[in-house]
Amino acid sequence: MSIDRATAARVAKLARIKVEESSLDSLASEFNQILGFIEQLNEVNVEGIEPMTSVSPQKLKRRIDQVSDGDQQDRVLSNAPDAREGFFAVPKVVE
Amino acid sequence: MAEYNNWTIAEARDKLRAKEITSEELTLSCISAIDNADALGAFVHKTPDEAVDQAKSADLRLKQGDAPALCGIPIGVKDLFACKGVLTQAASKILEGFKPEYESTVTQNLKNAGAITLGKLNMDEFAMGSSNETSVYGNAINPWKVSDKVLTPGGSSGGSASAVAADLCLAAIGTDTGGSIRQPAAFTGIVGIKPTYGRCSRWGIVAFASSLDQAGPMCKSVRDTAIMLEPMCGFDNKDSTSSESKVPNFEAMLTGDIKGKKIGIPREYRLEGMSPQIESLWQDGADMLRAAGAEIVDISLPHTKYALPAYYVIAPAEASSNLARYDGVRFGRRATLSASENITEMYERSRSEGFGMEVQRRVMIGTYVLSAGFYDAYYNRARKVRSLIKKDFEDVFATGVDAILTPTTPSAAFELGKMESADPVEMYLNDVFTVTVNLAGLPGISIPAGLNSEGLPLGLQLIGRPWEEGDLMNIAYTLETATGYTKKPEKWW
Repeated sequence: MSIDRATAARVAKLARIKVEESSLDSLASEFNQILGFIEQLNEVNVEGIEPMTSVSPQKLKRRIDQVSDGDQQDRVLSNAPDAREGFFAVPKVVE
Repeated sequence: MAEYNNWTIAEARDKLRAKEITSEELTLSCISAIDNADALGAFVHKTPDEAVDQAKSADLRLKQGDAPALCGIPIGVKDLFACKGVLTQAASKILEGFKPEYESTVTQNLKNAGAITLGKLNMDEFAMGSSNETSVYGNAINPWKVSDKVLTPGGSSGGSASAVAADLCLAAIGTDTGGSIRQPAAFTGIVGIKPTYGRCSRWGIVAFASSLDQAGPMCKSVRDTAIMLEPMCGFDNKDSTSSESKVPNFEAMLTGDIKGKKIGIPREYRLEGMSPQIESLWQDGADMLRAAGAEIVDISLPHTKYALPAYYVIAPAEASSNLARYDGVRFGRRATLSASENITEMYERSRSEGFGMEVQRRVMIGTYVLSAGFYDAYYNRARKVRSLIKKDFEDVFATGVDAILTPTTPSAAFELGKMESADPVEMYLNDVFTVTVNLAGLPGISIPAGLNSEGLPLGLQLIGRPWEEGDLMNIAYTLETATGYTKKPEKWW
């Protein structure tokens, strides 16, 4: 499978990473190198094999669905690049 | 000032308990070593004042008697662990200025055990790399040198490895997703263990690939590793994948008696074109274990070859999901926007300015293998291959094999900048012997086993059964004793 400029641009868009037009060709070529390496997996017979969902056999522990923490607005916002009046601030989302 | 910073944890513990030295003296000795070692680029955020305060409390605790083994022992912390009020950036520009409001479980456990934290250590950005060259802080440097060549300490826990090898601290913590503790340990001549997946809580560790990441100690001896690992382990309510398995007294398990243990030598790890020096070191290791009473058997792990390709689907896939949180909204760095730019542009520019090239590459590969139409072909196939890799190990352990001996890395430390022109896959090959262990969730330890003809350290890896770190460290301890390795880099920094 080969990745072209358009696919590279689409992937960058999906990943929300800005890639300059001029870098798309080299990006596509790097993707192809890595995917070429990954293609080796096609040699393996995986028929009837379950995809791994958990590396250890233990069951995930359950807990009661209840509030255990909270009332920490200042601490939650303390690392925000832009916080105003107790909220995260972002550029206008709805026109 | 007297130099105590070159001590092991075991030595320091005994002298602290015997009141021959105070933790404050020991800590000051490390602080002075750190201040004289900026050339190594190991410590990136120093916290000397906090360290001295912690040392004073530890001294009080020691005076009262009954202090735990790590009480008063100064350590370094990889920049991936959240430490309350201390810059925690995962060596990334996107986390510029980030000071967590909380403490990671592992560092909290170590602090509860009395450990002194000296500061944060350099690493590859988001733990993605094998040479510590993707860090926003610049390179960490290996204290080992050949003529005037400047060498990598390995990665991603390169700062941790450099700091321990150069005696800037008594030990450090690292994390290992595909070899990030064991490869740098091998490159710098120290001991590093990746415990069984679930042994240590991942809470408060900046996530890379959640199904593979584990924290572990990086130390000057196997005994130190055993002492330090114990308090790091245990179930944590905040990490549902952490295990409730009992944590034994690991140090008490270092008996040096491995009679009757069965050690496997996997034939698939004999790579074509492998350095004869690594080959003979591996053979010597097997001979030493045999001489100590172990039985050496040839084994096969048939899917080994597919571990790296499977890893480079699974790890980027998980990373692309984990790193989606860096969007310039809730924490970290936001790009400076013009009035006309909208929220999508804010995301895209914050992420392209904040992530380095390797991180961008992996996030995009991960996005691709998870995208509609490719999910089955790449991601699901890789997870099936991962099941087969785990089964390879299970089959071998079912025949009574207690541990597996392999080289840790295919080469000794290489020159910084040497891989710059290489394609990304070439750098990934560094992890060829270590990555299987993460995919199978097993414990693996690297110990220094000798020097190559250039005088650089080489490591051997032992892989154990799940939850059998104690047994694994006892075998490693026996091998360490047999090799008699005591080399240290000559100080040039």
